[in-house]
Amino acid sequence: MKYYDKLIFECSKEGRCGYSLPKNAFPAAGELPQALRRQAPLDLPQVSEPDVVRHYTNLSQMNFGVDTGFYPLGSCTMKYNPKINEEMAALQGFAGLHPLMPARLTEGACKVYEEMDKALAAITGMYKFTLAPCAGAHGELTGLMLMRQYHINRGDLNRTKVIVPDSAHGTNPASAAVCGLEVVEVKSLENGRIDVEALKPLLGPDIAGIMMTNPNTLGLFETEIKTIAALVHEAGGLLYYDGANMNPLMGVVRPGDMGFDIMHLNLHKTFSTPHGGGGPGSGPVGVAQKLVDCLPSIRVSAFHGNFGVILRAYAYILSLGQEHLRKVGEYAVLSANYIKESLKDVYKLPIEGVCKHEFVFDGLINDGAHDDVPGATTLDVAKRLLDYGFHAPTIYFPLLFHQALMIEPTETESKETIDAFIDVMRKIAAEAAQDPNILHEAPHNTPISRPDETTAARNPILKYQEN
Amino acid sequence: MLDKIGVKKLDDLYSDVPAEFLHKGAYALPPAMSEQEIRDYFASLEAMNAKLKVFVGAGAYDHYTPSVIPYLCARSEFLTAYTPYQCEISQGTLRYIFEYQSLICMLTGLDVSNASLYDGPTAAAEAMKMAIACTRKKTRVLLSKGLLPQVIEVVETYARFHGVEIGYVPVADGQTSAEGLKAELAKDDVAGVIVPSVNRYGIVEDHTGFADAIHAEKGLLIEYCDPSALAVVKTPGEWDADIAIGDGQPLGLPLCYGGPYVGFMAVKKDHMRKMPGRIVGQTVDKEGRRVFVLTLQAREQHIKREKATSNICSNESLMALWVTIYLSLMGPEGLKEVNRLSCDGAHYLYSELLKTGQFEEVFPGKPFLKEFVLKPKQPKLQERLEKAGFFAALPTEEGYVSFCVTEKRTKAEIDALVKAVMEG
Repeated sequence: MKYYDKLIFECSKEGRCGYSLPKNAFPAAGELPQALRRQAPLDLPQVSEPDVVRHYTNLSQMNFGVDTGFYPLGSCTMKYNPKINEEMAALQGFAGLHPLMPARLTEGACKVYEEMDKALAAITGMYKFTLAPCAGAHGELTGLMLMRQYHINRGDLNRTKVIVPDSAHGTNPASAAVCGLEVVEVKSLENGRIDVEALKPLLGPDIAGIMMTNPNTLGLFETEIKTIAALVHEAGGLLYYDGANMNPLMGVVRPGDMGFDIMHLNLHKTFSTPHGGGGPGSGPVGVAQKLVDCLPSIRVSAFHGNFGVILRAYAYILSLGQEHLRKVGEYAVLSANYIKESLKDVYKLPIEGVCKHEFVFDGLINDGAHDDVPGATTLDVAKRLLDYGFHAPTIYFPLLFHQALMIEPTETESKETIDAFIDVMRKIAAEAAQDPNILHEAPHNTPISRPDETTAARNPILKYQEN
Repeated sequence: MLDKIGVKKLDDLYSDVPAEFLHKGAYALPPAMSEQEIRDYFASLEAMNAKLKVFVGAGAYDHYTPSVIPYLCARSEFLTAYTPYQCEISQGTLRYIFEYQSLICMLTGLDVSNASLYDGPTAAAEAMKMAIACTRKKTRVLLSKGLLPQVIEVVETYARFHGVEIGYVPVADGQTSAEGLKAELAKDDVAGVIVPSVNRYGIVEDHTGFADAIHAEKGLLIEYCDPSALAVVKTPGEWDADIAIGDGQPLGLPLCYGGPYVGFMAVKKDHMRKMPGRIVGQTVDKEGRRVFVLTLQAREQHIKREKATSNICSNESLMALWVTIYLSLMGPEGLKEVNRLSCDGAHYLYSELLKTGQFEEVFPGKPFLKEFVLKPKQPKLQERLEKAGFFAALPTEEGYVSFCVTEKRTKAEIDALVKAVMEG
């Protein structure tokens, strides 16, 4: 990767362009009335096609992707994105379909939706899916709307609170707030699981439901799920499953069987569609049979959701088929446990035992917290990993530990890659003990060094300004 | 690997899962397909879809996509990258988002853009929430009946659960009624008003006096725009709007049966810290080089949880790149030319359709660009045109039919469409 400084505006030269449009064969329509016309100059860049191609190619070379290297990124399942999926999504018979074409004209697309619905239902044990949500958080919001609608339809209007564990993804409480629900936090036990005794007094006629992910954000299976489901249902609430952590359960356990009533999936995580630098995603929502009637009243996106993403995910499901589904879950869990056991003598493992697809270290054993022993923080470790060609893990989440460092390898990495990662993590631990400054100042080999984020927030420059 | 972990077999890794939850038997999925089988199967699905010339817009427009865009967006450094939290290895993503934000500000004439939202209707829903957050105690948001139906429905869905009351401004003579707006504003409590820059009938709206009337009641003016049309129509900034929103799809994104598209939002600087979504800012690194980072994150869900301005996390980053490259290639002249070709083509179709004697004008003399409605004299026009190879004459709630012409439609295609109408 090399530093490249230009912005597209700085490639601009008056009179250049990069398009090719047909000659105008029509009589000229009249101009818009003056009062409705744009007055301001249109300062778009003027760039030739080769200059555009070079500029964005140069930009791309400052980026790290799954195709570049390993992403041990907890809570965000960054697995390999098979290329056949891209080819299928680009087919003109799909890409050229107008979303308002009636079903009689789009039988192929409708069949994809039907089969995808069935496949996701089979994988998760839910009854029916809507594919309209465009991302995971969008799915959460849709799922919570369905939760509230279910209670409203039964005339049960006082269920205005939702229980969220303190270890939950930030989107959970945020989605609840957008949905008009009050968040009630339930604490975790020292072993990382939900405290069932603390949950009991929270349950009552004002509780719409509980949002959980299982395994939770520590990568630990909620062993009391059966009890929790029974308690919540007994109190008249519903169970929401945050599908961000579905990967270890693929082919092994189904959320529907554990008692969950509503869930979302992240097709851009579990189902291998590319993350695109932050989207597009797709967040299908599945419901139990008793919620099916609530689906038609909730419209959350322009048309049918992110069809292009759904096509990719469907190609992935077909490539796994019945035979290979279980390998996804098992190998993801195998890789995570292998890394955990290989590093726990140099990184603090706060909770022992078998994990699922991910686990959390509470920083280095030599964490730099004591003046007399050299060490480094989780941020330092993350930044140093970049020097060695790995993406950083998710850091400082979950909030249960001060130096949280969350590792998720996924099933698509070879043992050789994983061993190389373990070696580097051990090397970094050794560096932290011997010469922690190398870590404090990392990264050293990336196109840029650590940025001044304080100034960025204090004096925001959020668009191009000519000097 | 199992030895290192200290277990004997893969099943042991699930020993903490109660046995009753371990799935027994096969999953109800089709057998695994090879790559060739997937190709063949998708080809068979693709063949089940009709291949028609598109003469419909209504929120999704069949504009031309320069071949450079899919080529560059397929670069795996962009395609397979994660959200740019690790800025040292994400300068590519961060820079194009910064460019995207700058371009959205140029188009809309407003100060600050975010890094993208899901689509136009959800951007409108976010703007509705933002109006409530910016104006504190107010509880009502007004929607113009001239907005696209999908925008109204999505905003209504969000509002119902978010506890926002929705009011409506009627359409009179083909555009959002100034009198209707004043009547609604007089009822008090209005946090914001969402109006279309170009409405569901394709008419370019006149919003003279809207901002003053709304600002007098301390509400926000929110303009829902077609970003392509902003090259030629008065901008949200020029209407003195507080927020501009819309769908970036007309900027060269394939129709793709409705997604992925990209919602955009730009606001006046005062409202910057109430904005939903990610924002990229410029700063320097330790060597003093210009670099880009995600900034103002104290608004976001991963920091503020239930107090965040929105729940949005993943957005439509790659589609923002698509839009950025589109605008870079087209430049000011290209975007204006797209408007000119579409507008001239649409007006040609409009007059040719009227000549057939099979339509009545609905809004004579009202200014439109690429899209318009007419009242058909014969029923089932859409179905008849389908048989002739056209997706056209989309029926509206009011009993009109809607047509759209983009620069992709040739004169020969338009003449053939008109011929099909006449042959009925």
